[in-house]
Amino acid sequence: MTGRKTLRTDVAIVGGGIVGASAALALRQMGIGVVLLERDLCGSRSSGVNYGGVRRQGRPINQLPLAQRAHRIWGRLRETIGADGEYLRSGHFKIARSEADMASLERYRAQSRDFDLGLELISDARLRERCPWLGTRAIGGSLCAEDGQANPRLVSPAFALAAQRAGAQIFERHKVDEVAHDGQAFMLRSGNALEVHAPALLNCAGAWSGPIASEFGEAVPLRSSHPVMAVTEPVPHFMDWSLGVEGGGIYCRQVARGNLVLGGGRGIALDADRARADRDAIATLAAQAVELLPTLRHAHFIRTWSGTEGNLPDHQPVLGPSRTTPGLFHGFGFSGAGFQIGPAAGEVLAELVRDGRSSTPIESFSIERFFAEEEAPTITPTSP
Amino acid sequence: MTASSAALQPVIVGAGPAGVRAAQALVAHRLRPVVIDEASRAGGQIYRRPPASLAQRSARALYGFEAGRADAVHAAFDALREHIDYRPDSLVWNAQGGRLDVLHGPTRSTANVPYGQLIVATGATDRVLPVPGWTLPGVYTLGGAQVALKFQGCAIGERVVFMGTGPLLYLVAYQYAKAGAKVIAVLDTARLADQLAAAPAMLRQPAVFAKGVYYVAWLRAHGVALHSGVRPMRVLGDAQESRVAGVAWHDGREERTLACDAVGVGYALRSETQLADLLGCRFEFAPLHRAHLPVRDAAGRSSVRGVYLAGDGAGIMGADAAEWAGERAALALLTDHGVAVDAARAEALERKLHKLGGFREGLERAFPLPSDWAAHAPDELVVCRCENVTAGTLRQTVAVNGADEMNRLKALSRVGMGRCQGRMCGAAAAEILAHATGLPLQQVGRLRGQAPIKPIPIHLAAAPSTGGAGE
Ligand SMILES: Cc1cc2nc3c(=O)[nH]c(=O)nc-3n(C[C@H](O)[C@H](O)[C@H](O)COP(=O)(O)OP(=O)(O)OC[C@H]3O[C@@H](n4cnc5c(N)ncnc54)[C@H](O)[C@@H]3O)c2cc1C
Ligand SMILES: Cc1cc2nc3c(=O)[nH]c(=O)nc-3n(C[C@H](O)[C@H](O)[C@H](O)COP(=O)(O)OP(=O)(O)OC[C@H]3O[C@@H](n4cnc5c(N)ncnc54)[C@H](O)[C@@H]3O)c2cc1C
Repeated sequence: MTGRKTLRTDVAIVGGGIVGASAALALRQMGIGVVLLERDLCGSRSSGVNYGGVRRQGRPINQLPLAQRAHRIWGRLRETIGADGEYLRSGHFKIARSEADMASLERYRAQSRDFDLGLELISDARLRERCPWLGTRAIGGSLCAEDGQANPRLVSPAFALAAQRAGAQIFERHKVDEVAHDGQAFMLRSGNALEVHAPALLNCAGAWSGPIASEFGEAVPLRSSHPVMAVTEPVPHFMDWSLGVEGGGIYCRQVARGNLVLGGGRGIALDADRARADRDAIATLAAQAVELLPTLRHAHFIRTWSGTEGNLPDHQPVLGPSRTTPGLFHGFGFSGAGFQIGPAAGEVLAELVRDGRSSTPIESFSIERFFAEEEAPTITPTSP
Repeated sequence: MTASSAALQPVIVGAGPAGVRAAQALVAHRLRPVVIDEASRAGGQIYRRPPASLAQRSARALYGFEAGRADAVHAAFDALREHIDYRPDSLVWNAQGGRLDVLHGPTRSTANVPYGQLIVATGATDRVLPVPGWTLPGVYTLGGAQVALKFQGCAIGERVVFMGTGPLLYLVAYQYAKAGAKVIAVLDTARLADQLAAAPAMLRQPAVFAKGVYYVAWLRAHGVALHSGVRPMRVLGDAQESRVAGVAWHDGREERTLACDAVGVGYALRSETQLADLLGCRFEFAPLHRAHLPVRDAAGRSSVRGVYLAGDGAGIMGADAAEWAGERAALALLTDHGVAVDAARAEALERKLHKLGGFREGLERAFPLPSDWAAHAPDELVVCRCENVTAGTLRQTVAVNGADEMNRLKALSRVGMGRCQGRMCGAAAAEILAHATGLPLQQVGRLRGQAPIKPIPIHLAAAPSTGGAGE
């Protein structure tokens, strides 16, 4: 008894994270037909369990055009997805713990000058005055007043819901276990339930995008990573900024209810799909948290967790057309920083489908970079 | 045999009836298990001992009919003291890679306890189905009311109503009345017809059944009003809403009220499964318990090698079964490591446990969870008190966002995101979710466990853990 449904559409998307879902939404806004397949629930993986940092500051300069585009989308989040997702332009403060850190923050400000991030360096007395709660190891930092934070558990599913309202056909709990291209169109199959045919395919499967890329002769060194997260019980509100530390290590923010959300260190994979915080990472995170914010000393951790994120060796995503297969576009490997730029990546993918090019520079994210020494690929003859 | 036993490194979490009997069986085979328990004194929930510093009441006064068993479990434990590495006041808050993370309350330190074999005997806590007004001071769970009596020797109020269902309902009422408290009424959501229908199955444990009948008869003879088939409507507050002033319930025809100054509410128990979850044990829905539980074979083996499950922590079976299951799991552990055990004893224990299964089914039939609870829970009812999430919010999350699974419901509504991490509100939230989606309870799933099992102070989490199982 095969009740397999067959659908034909313009674009098929694998993966309902923030990237796939915002691509679906952007495509629908262009009037293009979309079927999205998500093996679990939309926004339940990386996109729904991350720290919630919505920051441009500190990103590699080549990501800033994309980050600026995303910043504009975040600015009209409510109109876009019909929910505020607890998004706040609370400020993102990157802490320096040494003069060298401070110099590095200054350098970044100079390098990013073209992008209007409005970075403000703060140190010494002004620092103590503005944030008396900061531990003594912080000697200064750089504030990006318009960066901020959001609640990923709410934002990412809301993108999918908005796409659905705009007419995207979304199939949750539908794992794509077969993809093929017959020279004309892509065929995606989810078990015995669903088959989708479309001339264009978006590979937005997060940490699990590798096999799909390989299917089209584009094996890339995608690895999973598992950032550790922890949250405290609610404590009296004392801090608006989302904090990061120059050189990395720990980040934290306080939400309206008073809980602090903290991140830092690496977790452990339970299997290909699930991960959990690691005990040593929890200990390190806790020690750093107390050093950074001494008032946390007597607070309690009530929960820790992790997620599964796709990482590439140069910490840059793959965003752009396939080098082998016309109609195929990749958007994966955001290497721990895709929540803020995810909505812009989605728009870029939609533009690529419609126009064959993007209005935002994405050359440095090309999958070509992993095949630099190889011959140009053989293109499948027919294109849509 | 001695060679192989010496290499074994068993750890038992929980020193209730299951953990104590497990330890005893291991010691009898010349092993020296580590026994970790969050409480200060062994005995678990039912045989909880008051702190040594409090004036001692007799076992008879504390445990009633259970006094003999309580004495036996305590004596068994006391005899073991020299032969085990006992760690009271110690919360296991995480498990990873063959080591448990343990928070020792009095010294405020954390340690790592390595294990080769682990018996999880973490027991149970009350199952809560809230009723409007349940957050008023003066409302306790049935278990909490009992703990106050056993542990602190005090009652939750002077004029008390007990409400809910399950065997503890009448027992606690009886214990309160015996201890001299004024029990105004017992309001049971189960119907008399349920109890009658269940009687044949319950007669598989005639002694236990007889005790239940005795409590009911005693309460009735002492003028305590017993109502069955009730639907609790709300706990009433005083004028300032600062404490309990009464309860309102529906008797099938009309709404009625009673004045009281404290209420004990409970709907039987729920298993403490977080540790089994962190250990990676496979869970399945158990219709009898209306819960997802870690699976175990008849001997207590979990799906994870070296991890054994005993007692209420893997399904509510009561104190006697906990003792048998603890011993049985210990024998399984020994057998799995080539230590010869008394096979006839192992078989006898399994038979007893099996037989008790029939009785448990009877109990569930006699005191079913009110199947219409979710349907009657008003929108403004607070389900999750840590995060102040109401039934209405949960329903809206289903209607607007399409949540149809517990973790999704949690992510979108914050239910179970507070200090208890769903240990208290999870069961009720699942009932509401199942009702609102029209899905069977089994299908809405369960909240995924994450460390810490209970909140842990950051500066302790940060402390470098001391390793080793040394004393
Ligand atoms: C713990 C953590 C903290 C982070 N913190 C931040 C932060 O503060 N700021 C920031 O900007 N970024 C952060 N990130 C990174 C950010 O979350 C990710 O880069 C981003 O969410 C990636 O989105 P995605 O849509 O590519 O992937 P995902 O959200 O993982 O989505 C991919 C989806 O594809 C589905 N899928 C996979 N295979 C298949 C298949 N075969 N068939 C159907 N569906 C499939 C998956 O189920 C999944 O839902 C963090 C990540 C983690 C894990
Ligand atoms: C409040 C309450 C009152 C009860 N009263 C009665 C009664 O009057 N009559 C009756 O027949 N039955 C009663 N029961 C049921 C009875 O307690 C159980 O059937 C029986 O105790 C089960 O034994 P056990 O060994 O499985 O677990 P328990 O007796 O519950 O013992 C489990 C032990 O494990 C410890 N523990 C749990 N998690 C951890 C952790 N993470 N780290 C360290 N230690 C941990 C607990 O502190 C506890 O000491 C009651 C149950 C409860 C919850």
